[in-house]
Amino acid sequence: MKRVRVFVPRETAAVSVGADEVAIEIARRGKAALGEGRTGVELVRNGSRGASWLEPLVEVETGDGRVAYRNVTPALVHELFDEGFLDGGDHESRLGLADELPWFRDQVRWTFARTGITNPLSVDDYRQHAGFRGLEKAFEIGPAAVLECVKASGLRGRGGAAFPAGIKWQTVAGAEADQKYIACNADEGDSGTFADRLLIEGDPLTLLEGMAIAGFAVGASKGVVYLRSEYPLAEAVLERAVDAARRAGWLGENIGGHGLDFDVEVHLGAGSYVCGEETAMLESLEGKRGIVRSKPPLPALAGLFGKPTVVNNVITLASVPGILADGADAYAALGRGRSTGTLTAQLAGNIRRGGLIEIPFGATLGEIIHDWGGGTASGRPVKAVQVGGPLGAYIPGDALDVPLDYEAFIDAGAMLGHGGIVVFDDSVNMADMARYAFEFCALESCGKCTPCRIGSTRGAELIDRLRNGGDDKAADYDLLVELCDTMEHASLCAMGGMTPYPVQSVLKHFAEDFSPRGVN
Amino acid sequence: MATTSNHVRQPDLGTPASPADETVTVEIDGLPVTVPAGSSVMRAARENGVAVPKLCATDSLEAFGSCRLCLVEIEGRKGYPASCTTPVEAGMKIRTQTPALANLRRNVMELYISDHPLDCLTCSANGDCELQDMAGAVGLRDVRYGFDGENHLDAPVDASNPYFQFDASKCIVCSRCVRACDEVQGTFALTIEGRGFESKVSASASEAFIDSECVSCGACVQACPTATLMEKSIVDHGQPDHKVVTTCAYCGVGCSFQAEMKGGQVVRMTPWKDGQANHGHSCVKGRFAWGYASHRDRVLKPMIRNTTSDPWQEVEWDEAVDFAAKRFRAIQEQHGRKSIGGITSSRCTNEEVFVVQKLVRTAMGNNNVDTCARVCHSPTGYGLKQTLGTSAGTQPFDSVMDADVIMVIGANPTAAHPVFASQMKRRLREGAKLIVVDPRQIGLVRSPRIEAELHLPLLPGTNVPVINAITHAVVDMGLVDEDYVRERCDVDSYEAWKAGILRDENSPEHVASFSGVDAGTIRAAAKIYGEAQNAAIYYGLGVTEHSQGSTMVMAMANLAMATGNLGRSGVGVNPLRGQNNVQGSCDMGSFPHELAGYRPVGDDGVRGQFERHWGVSIDPEPGFRIPNMFDAACAGEFRGIYIQGEDVAQSDPNTQHVEAALRSMECVVVQDLFLNETAKFAHVFLPGTSFLEKDGTFINAERRINRVRKVMPPRQGKDEWQITQDLANAMGYPMNYASSAEIMDEIAELTPTFANVSFEFLDEVGSVQWPCNDDAPMGTPVMHVDRFVRGKGLFVETDYVPTEERTNRRFPLLLTTGRILSQYNVGAQTRRTDNTVWYSEDLLEVHPADAEVRGIREGDLVSLRSRKGEIALTATITERVQPGVVYTTFHNPETGANVVTTEYSDWATNCPEYKVTAVEVTPATHRSKWQDRFAEYAKDQEKLAAVAAEDET
Repeated sequence: MKRVRVFVPRETAAVSVGADEVAIEIARRGKAALGEGRTGVELVRNGSRGASWLEPLVEVETGDGRVAYRNVTPALVHELFDEGFLDGGDHESRLGLADELPWFRDQVRWTFARTGITNPLSVDDYRQHAGFRGLEKAFEIGPAAVLECVKASGLRGRGGAAFPAGIKWQTVAGAEADQKYIACNADEGDSGTFADRLLIEGDPLTLLEGMAIAGFAVGASKGVVYLRSEYPLAEAVLERAVDAARRAGWLGENIGGHGLDFDVEVHLGAGSYVCGEETAMLESLEGKRGIVRSKPPLPALAGLFGKPTVVNNVITLASVPGILADGADAYAALGRGRSTGTLTAQLAGNIRRGGLIEIPFGATLGEIIHDWGGGTASGRPVKAVQVGGPLGAYIPGDALDVPLDYEAFIDAGAMLGHGGIVVFDDSVNMADMARYAFEFCALESCGKCTPCRIGSTRGAELIDRLRNGGDDKAADYDLLVELCDTMEHASLCAMGGMTPYPVQSVLKHFAEDFSPRGVN
Repeated sequence: MATTSNHVRQPDLGTPASPADETVTVEIDGLPVTVPAGSSVMRAARENGVAVPKLCATDSLEAFGSCRLCLVEIEGRKGYPASCTTPVEAGMKIRTQTPALANLRRNVMELYISDHPLDCLTCSANGDCELQDMAGAVGLRDVRYGFDGENHLDAPVDASNPYFQFDASKCIVCSRCVRACDEVQGTFALTIEGRGFESKVSASASEAFIDSECVSCGACVQACPTATLMEKSIVDHGQPDHKVVTTCAYCGVGCSFQAEMKGGQVVRMTPWKDGQANHGHSCVKGRFAWGYASHRDRVLKPMIRNTTSDPWQEVEWDEAVDFAAKRFRAIQEQHGRKSIGGITSSRCTNEEVFVVQKLVRTAMGNNNVDTCARVCHSPTGYGLKQTLGTSAGTQPFDSVMDADVIMVIGANPTAAHPVFASQMKRRLREGAKLIVVDPRQIGLVRSPRIEAELHLPLLPGTNVPVINAITHAVVDMGLVDEDYVRERCDVDSYEAWKAGILRDENSPEHVASFSGVDAGTIRAAAKIYGEAQNAAIYYGLGVTEHSQGSTMVMAMANLAMATGNLGRSGVGVNPLRGQNNVQGSCDMGSFPHELAGYRPVGDDGVRGQFERHWGVSIDPEPGFRIPNMFDAACAGEFRGIYIQGEDVAQSDPNTQHVEAALRSMECVVVQDLFLNETAKFAHVFLPGTSFLEKDGTFINAERRINRVRKVMPPRQGKDEWQITQDLANAMGYPMNYASSAEIMDEIAELTPTFANVSFEFLDEVGSVQWPCNDDAPMGTPVMHVDRFVRGKGLFVETDYVPTEERTNRRFPLLLTTGRILSQYNVGAQTRRTDNTVWYSEDLLEVHPADAEVRGIREGDLVSLRSRKGEIALTATITERVQPGVVYTTFHNPETGANVVTTEYSDWATNCPEYKVTAVEVTPATHRSKWQDRFAEYAKDQEKLAAVAAEDET
């Protein structure tokens, strides 16, 4: 009896718009069809390709390739079956061959090459799609050459700080210790970001392979993934992937017969934004209250439980298998300036086509928002764009020609961060957004250092005073500027240090929003 | 060293000293400074007089970097690094004062003050507030945010702890208290709760301090830079105006404190950072429980009476002393020279003790002097002298920081030696392994961040077979350090001992059959101890207070010698001595057979030296030990006793026997702060002085001679050594010391191990560990370094002879006794403080299984009965004790725990077997007969004392 493979994403965004129900309906219809002696269904719960605006995006495998159907609902399933869906039949929701859709075709899927394509929990599927080739290459060339390869690729940390991964690894490799760790930061808390989740839900084995390569390169036998607790589906997928990898011998002792001992544990956060800061994350992993550590010492020398530790973001680690498999040169050939390789940009907020795209560094912010994102969902003009999370600067809608590249963003007084892009149309009051930066900080500050703990609350109050017509607006305005300066220069970590960025950008570009009369 | 000063606040260099030997030179504000590598920029600056502002940093804690006041500029580095968390690097150019830094600091301070009450003038920290100081230092003039914003000014005051309050409205969330609780004390009772602006200090899970895990050590109060955590005594009285550095009079740790004074009144005791035993840490007793010194129960006038049924009569000193002298002389005339004697106190100074034993040997003319070490660590003195050659512990406390394995046997450091326990826990958190050998699950077995590798819950009375079995396994596994034994020890004794220890009766399997510890655990302990680079044994009265106490001490010494764990830092056999000066009282010649420095009274040469100095002939025959005194008293042969600061009627075993002995005497002279239990049987009461009124020295468990300084004049008008001197003179032996310093000079002259000790020297160097003489001018931290004091270490065979105290059907349970944190010994001091909020009565710990079969529930009154006597007390049901074992304390006289204990004692030293008594426990409805009699007698005696008080008014 013939069965046709149908792909229904099991990914949080898709599930939130009914993917599970759609899958059930498809399975039900498929079973009925089978009972009637007709073509049945082999349901595959893949990850998402990242086109959130099309979810649930259902794909049917045909002789020509995978045919995609957009925004499928349970009700629609019956229509689709009736229209010959299992043969790629036509319907108003049919998009054609997925790989040929411009939105997918024009991306350069390096890190997300398998995401949305494969069954995330199948080691066999992973192997068939070039999985573990990076680790095999690592075994072939040895730890020193792995370090060289990662350095040569120019790969930089995707958590936001963009520190060269190879240099960090080199430091850990050079440290003498009886135990070292690979700590993967999956506490993806920035507003408008979901790349880590998409990767873990869609292709978790890539992450595990990247961690194993890191362990091999630096001499670490233990890896931990610090996953935010708001990602229950990602947790379920990751735990099962770890099991599957262990059973298949890709984690545990003497991996691949090459003498590498490496295993991974998954730890859940407890809902604190600042635990995404690497040292607070280490404290939390140690079972302590998640507060920021002062540096030095660097985590690379004294990290988890005081041992040398590689702390990398999910996307950083997941980019490594491809770099090993396809070579540092191939990766370094992509991108712009010191920002090599690809950027996983996440489009969110008031945007017509939201989702994740992976493209080489270098495109401008405007191209991303307008060409890929299709402009605002509301159709109104873009007033501002916040890139890099809640502590990123607001870029005015008329200044979007800044290329996506770490240095270019810094030059523009902004930061690329983890690649989250949140779009606002002209109905937003930017003073509200400046206040929100302080509010967010007041809620999420770990409370350790004074500028962040108290300054954030005072900042929000000061903006209220400005907008409610305080006695001395000019003095309050100066105080706000000074508070931003104090927080930026006196805070212990980036949380307090960067909270002023969105505020300062609003002061600079949207001062008129503070009051009808405006100041400045 | 400033031991008396008007500068009360102790210096603070911000971050701990770097241990590095190599140095680094940097430039601070244009001036080159050289400091140890690894120092923080802050410490480098402060050591060189550059006061970088700070709030969250203090040199007792690791740098934290939260207050952001200590920011500096470093050439070539971007931003403003915190000087506390930035280590110096060679050639660094640091600027601590720039316009940008001034702005940042003032703006940060402005944020602090925007959430802080502006009540400096009425604040308890006024004059001693680091926040106030820093606001001044950064020149804060205005809070532009105003005071209408969100704040914590209405946060409540938690005054639940009797000694300090927590005023959350003044908290700046610097975490110094939390870190002190973690790093210094190791209790982890405090945390910061919440995030961001809502971050606040919380005891346990938002509980009141009194209900939390807090042990009131005071480290948090000490660390607090504001009035948030503040002693209630300061709230009540205000800031001190001067300080005197002295030594705590509680346990054998010997913590240095500064008594902070306002005129003649102590307003606070704070641990002294330069104290070499405590390094600035304290416990609830030393830090807070000093109010007994001014308790209304203090007797301040001498009193006499003809018989113990007469009312007390207040008299002048001369009359009291003459009364005692005449009675003593009359007894001697009728019953002979040896019919009287004395007991020295381990609470008193060496100088006070020395004159008492001198009085016995000169004025009384016999050797009937003993000390309370008889009932605690006499087996330590004996056992370590036999095997190693010195009657004292082998290590300084700091040695524990080099230990890789710590074996705690029969000791409960977190309760009885809390400050050392904190140091030990610090080492354990660093990774040293812990083995606990104790019938009970003491606190160290499992507590925050501490977990023993092994707990050997042996049955009381089986110490010797268990340590023999561990040693057997060590030898069996080939873990003997043969080179060490050959080079350092008496090889003949080793060979003989080895043959014995390998006998089957010492095998883990055999010992497992009756000790309650399985063979595998014994072997595991042997492996961990035997394989350690540095293994250290710490032990307490759970070792010594047995009929095999001396055997056990020697068995531990054997194990340490066999494995080469003696003679360097990190190892040793370490007695945790109970009382503040029990080491000293032993050193001072308080034993009936030994003169100062543990030299035999029977040795003609030794005796001759003292005879020449004292101008008398000394009896070459040893005198009575304490138990012999009681036996002889009951037999009518011993009729007069001079008891210095010791409450034998409560502390010694078989209370009814002790009472009978005291009743049968014609002259009992008690010198004490209070009319204690023994004084109820006394004819003469000589009021003593508290440690705050003493000038002298105490010696702690690590042989450290610490100065005790007079912070106020004696409240009863006389130094205690002066009282003894008066009594000697009245008895016809002239004593003419002009000061306690002169007494120490005589001790030094007559005692080779003290040869270089003088008050002047101690005041100069702080403290010193004996031996301190020309061979070791700065003292001897670690003993037996290149050779044992006795020459070759002697292995002594330690066959197990079980106690005759056995369980049977009538007495099926074993009672073992001990102490708890908040109370001290007989409780004479701590019962007269607010420490009673934690423990107001002695409780009997019973295992749930034993309670169940007897129908005993939590809080029930139960009868505790042994072959010696019966008492009633409250039961508490707990798995800290194992089935078949019950446990209580002896802090309260009306409980009478020692009514139950027996007179079985150590074969070598007569140290009583407090730790093993066969008992039965049954539900009870009323007090025991003894307790009724006690209450009645106590009431009568109170009335008789009240008469004296009436005279006064």
